[in-house]
Amino acid sequence: MIPEIPALDEITITLAHYLAVSGAVFGIGVVVALSKRNAVAVLMGIELMLNAVNLTLLAFSRFSSAFPAGEEPIAGHVFVVFVLTVAAAEAAIALAMAVLLYQRRETVDLDRVNLMRW
Amino acid sequence: MSEQPLKRPATPMFRQIQDRPGLKEFALGVPGPAKVIGAVLGLVALAAMAGIGYLVVDGRLDGKWYDIRDLGNMIEGLRTWLNDQGVDHRITWIITGTIGGTAILSVLGGWLLIGSWVERRLIAKFQVRVGPNRVGPFGLLQPLADALKLMQKEVIIPRGADRFLYFIPPVLIFIPALLGWGPVPWSEKMAYLDINVGVLYVIAISSIGVLGVFLAGWSSNNHYSLLGAMRTVAMMVSYEIPISISLLSVVLLTSSMQLSEIVAWQSHYHVWMIMLVPFAAFAFLFATTAEINRTPNDIGEAESEIVAGFYTEYSGMKGGLFMAVDLGHAILAGAMMSTFFLGGYTLFGLEEWIPGYLILAAKIGAIYFLFVWLRGTLPRFRLDQLMGFAWKFLIPIGILQVFVVAVQASVFARSEAPALITLGAFAVVNLAITVVTVRFWADKLGYAPSQHATKPVLIKGNTVGGLKAARKIRSGQ
Amino acid sequence: MVLGFFALSGITVLSALLVLVARNLLHSLAFLVLSFLGMAGLFITLSADFIAVAQILIYAGSISVLMVFAVMLTPLASRDNGNSLYVIPAALGGLGLASLIGFVAIDTDWDERSTRGLAETDFPATSNVIGDLLLGRYILAFEIASVLLLFALLGAIVLVQERQRTSRSQDEGDA
Repeated sequence: MIPEIPALDEITITLAHYLAVSGAVFGIGVVVALSKRNAVAVLMGIELMLNAVNLTLLAFSRFSSAFPAGEEPIAGHVFVVFVLTVAAAEAAIALAMAVLLYQRRETVDLDRVNLMRW
Repeated sequence: MSEQPLKRPATPMFRQIQDRPGLKEFALGVPGPAKVIGAVLGLVALAAMAGIGYLVVDGRLDGKWYDIRDLGNMIEGLRTWLNDQGVDHRITWIITGTIGGTAILSVLGGWLLIGSWVERRLIAKFQVRVGPNRVGPFGLLQPLADALKLMQKEVIIPRGADRFLYFIPPVLIFIPALLGWGPVPWSEKMAYLDINVGVLYVIAISSIGVLGVFLAGWSSNNHYSLLGAMRTVAMMVSYEIPISISLLSVVLLTSSMQLSEIVAWQSHYHVWMIMLVPFAAFAFLFATTAEINRTPNDIGEAESEIVAGFYTEYSGMKGGLFMAVDLGHAILAGAMMSTFFLGGYTLFGLEEWIPGYLILAAKIGAIYFLFVWLRGTLPRFRLDQLMGFAWKFLIPIGILQVFVVAVQASVFARSEAPALITLGAFAVVNLAITVVTVRFWADKLGYAPSQHATKPVLIKGNTVGGLKAARKIRSGQ
Repeated sequence: MVLGFFALSGITVLSALLVLVARNLLHSLAFLVLSFLGMAGLFITLSADFIAVAQILIYAGSISVLMVFAVMLTPLASRDNGNSLYVIPAALGGLGLASLIGFVAIDTDWDERSTRGLAETDFPATSNVIGDLLLGRYILAFEIASVLLLFALLGAIVLVQERQRTSRSQDEGDA
């Protein structure tokens, strides 16, 4: 009934392990981004999600046979460079907006920023 | 009136300095037997060196176990010996790794034991004082006394300080000072962590220290610590860019980010990077001084101004750790500067006879002397002056330098002329461009000396100061 | 290698969880930095040396400092890392998403290059190849990314600039 845990040198780390880790971090990032009140905390969740995506990209670049070795397997790394760049730019803009919001309304509580809700 | 000489002559200070016995008088004043023994030992040392030189030139040392040229390659020799004995390569890796790590830790720890003494005595020499000379012979036990004093102090944690965030910063700031020693090559094949993104690793490690500084200032629950931390963080973050740009110039020429490759490039072409890209070297030196918060860039922890800046609230050994990190960072900066711009462990071929790590240690000492010289001589820069210097001066000219070096690197890769001529041309062109651009740009920004205070008046004659000198100046001599 | 993978992934997932449940905003920021470092370690196990060091440089070195500055520039905001009203739906959604991804990851037969998993290392020095690709095949994306960064820089500056009319008259003489 209980699955036997393989010994440490019998485990082969494959793509599934990395994708599982990435999925876990992505899920946690989703929860943080959706359930926090402070805008900076929401941004932290977004960064967690972007990190998980980077891990997925790199894992596929490393393992998948869609990139046969010797024939441009590093395209995944290039994609990750762009994700890093965009994440940095977006974090800067998001935090600038959070500071601006604070200057106008004296709060970064996302529950109170509800002028455009019904 | 008796003619006996006064015990304390009433001459001004500069006469006292002039008449102090120098090295020659000291050497001639040594008692007779000591002179004889010293002469004999010196002759023996010369004879030994001559003998070794003869053996080396004659070729009798090649391959023998007492070949002194192998001293520079001890780790590699150990590794090949262990492999010949048939030891598993993983155990070899563990053994050499442990030895390397212990060596780095002992270098750093040994420096922390005497660094404080060296720095204070050197600054005292620059400021015509004596420095610590009471605690041990010549004051050598002063760092130990400081450490003991700090260890037995009461650790006062300010009320309202965030306990969790209060304990992280000393560790977080010590991490760059320790991990930065990884990629530094001490000799050929003697780098602890010779990764092929070494340059980027160095920059990344120094950007982790920024977070430690900020958390230190934040968690102290003290407005002034927070202000000091903000200023320090702003300065450190702005000076990361000139560091990256200068290292970019170096990496463009050597086409490799691996530190041992950079040193090998400099050794192969018999040129030091500081000769090729002098502005990058200067920018790196200045920006590193700002990164490690040393005078003249230590506005964050200005010792005479805002008590201790971001680590004011850290008492006991925690504050001592911040001061220790200051010292550790100084020699790490020296190692980085020597590796990138001064040829690292090589010295135009001399590293075959003298072990590479001794050459690197000498270079680190020279750069450290330069740092202490700057500290003892220059006044502190203001924060807005510092930020303006980084953003308006170092970065634009650095970017221009990168463009010029990129063109030169592609020319270098394609030219068939002898490398020395091409590199000499590059050096001349870079120097010309640097001088012209710096003069022009400094003039535009207002740094040029023609726009500042008048020259100081030289006072001739015997008087150093006082009423007569003041009258002379006022009458416009 | 196996031990390294499990340790690093444990650190990463654990710190991500602590980001969620920490009671102080700055504590969760510290755990976020820890998760970035754990991610960098995972990148290294995937032989992505350049990306790992770039991750430390960008995320742990710069974006974290940016977030601390943002927290510091909003002094009256609540720093207790509280949850909004959507906590339970968000938690259920996140849990569902994570388990879906995990199920797909474990159950699919990924067509892998080799069956020996991580034990086979066949990657060249990645920085040279990344440079070649960035300036070769993907140069358009590279240029667009640089324009994007320029816009982000300008936008951030413009956003927090004080307008001349509504700005309080402060003396901006000294630094």
